[in-house]
Amino acid sequence: MDVGVAVFPGANCDRDVGWALAGCLGWRVTFLWHQEAALPRKLDALVLPGGFSHGDYLRCGAIASSAPLLGAVADFAAMGGPVLGICNGFQVLTEAGLLPGGLIRNRGLHFVCRDQRLQVESSCSPWLRHFAPGDALTLPIAHGEGCYHIDPPGLRQLEDHDQIALRYLDNPNGSVGHIAGVSNKAGNVLGLMPHPERACDQATGGTDGQALFRGLAHWMGLS
Amino acid sequence: MPHFHATVRVGLRPSVLDPAGEAVCAAARRLGHGAIQSIRIGKAIEIRLEAPDAATARQQLESLSAQLLANPVMETWSLELHSQEV
Repeated sequence: MDVGVAVFPGANCDRDVGWALAGCLGWRVTFLWHQEAALPRKLDALVLPGGFSHGDYLRCGAIASSAPLLGAVADFAAMGGPVLGICNGFQVLTEAGLLPGGLIRNRGLHFVCRDQRLQVESSCSPWLRHFAPGDALTLPIAHGEGCYHIDPPGLRQLEDHDQIALRYLDNPNGSVGHIAGVSNKAGNVLGLMPHPERACDQATGGTDGQALFRGLAHWMGLS
Repeated sequence: MPHFHATVRVGLRPSVLDPAGEAVCAAARRLGHGAIQSIRIGKAIEIRLEAPDAATARQQLESLSAQLLANPVMETWSLELHSQEV
């Protein structure tokens, strides 16, 4: 697998994603600076990592969503390329309009940092092909603004199009419908608040996260 | 080119829970301000810009507000264009 990882100022999980994909899975990883308006070559997938791009100024992900790189991400997604947004990367994708809804401050106001039990709601996204609906997994979460918000008609649309990918089993932040991750209608763009890249190395707390990446590679017929 | 000064106010939609506002409201009541019924927190963004006239300035600011300053999924915004600066 040949994967691009976006790098935004203030996003601090790009190297973690790099380690998970290159160090743990042996994939080729290319870091993509946010000012680049085109991808360097044909890539198999893109990951927008977590962190605090541009200091979370204005709104989480708002400033990064206007970066030149997001134009290339949108083109890649429009052609069916798999895109994964993790935590702040999820916020960037919603701000860019590539995923529905938005993320607001946690209901309890606290920054929540813990292992989180999750349930797969839909495995239609290629990132979740390893799973079946109803499967449970544990991934770390670490966010202050992870409360997923969408209005009732939007929520019905998500349900009708099977776009709710993951739900929290013990809602940590007040998200509508316990939603932890959503995909676009086609399924190739997935955003989630939990951090699969932090659960890829047995030395640092479990390998449940590997299943997302391995599932995608298997689905694409790559390794 | 004339200079203009504007304030864009951004707040959460009424249907969206504002936990920070609720926390401040609880603190206000603890301090004895029992008449306070609710508090919602937003932000005020002060902008200075050049434009040939007020109508053009307003058009630019409305576009900016809808495109970047507020996210219509969870926020609303209002624009106050102050008098032209000399």
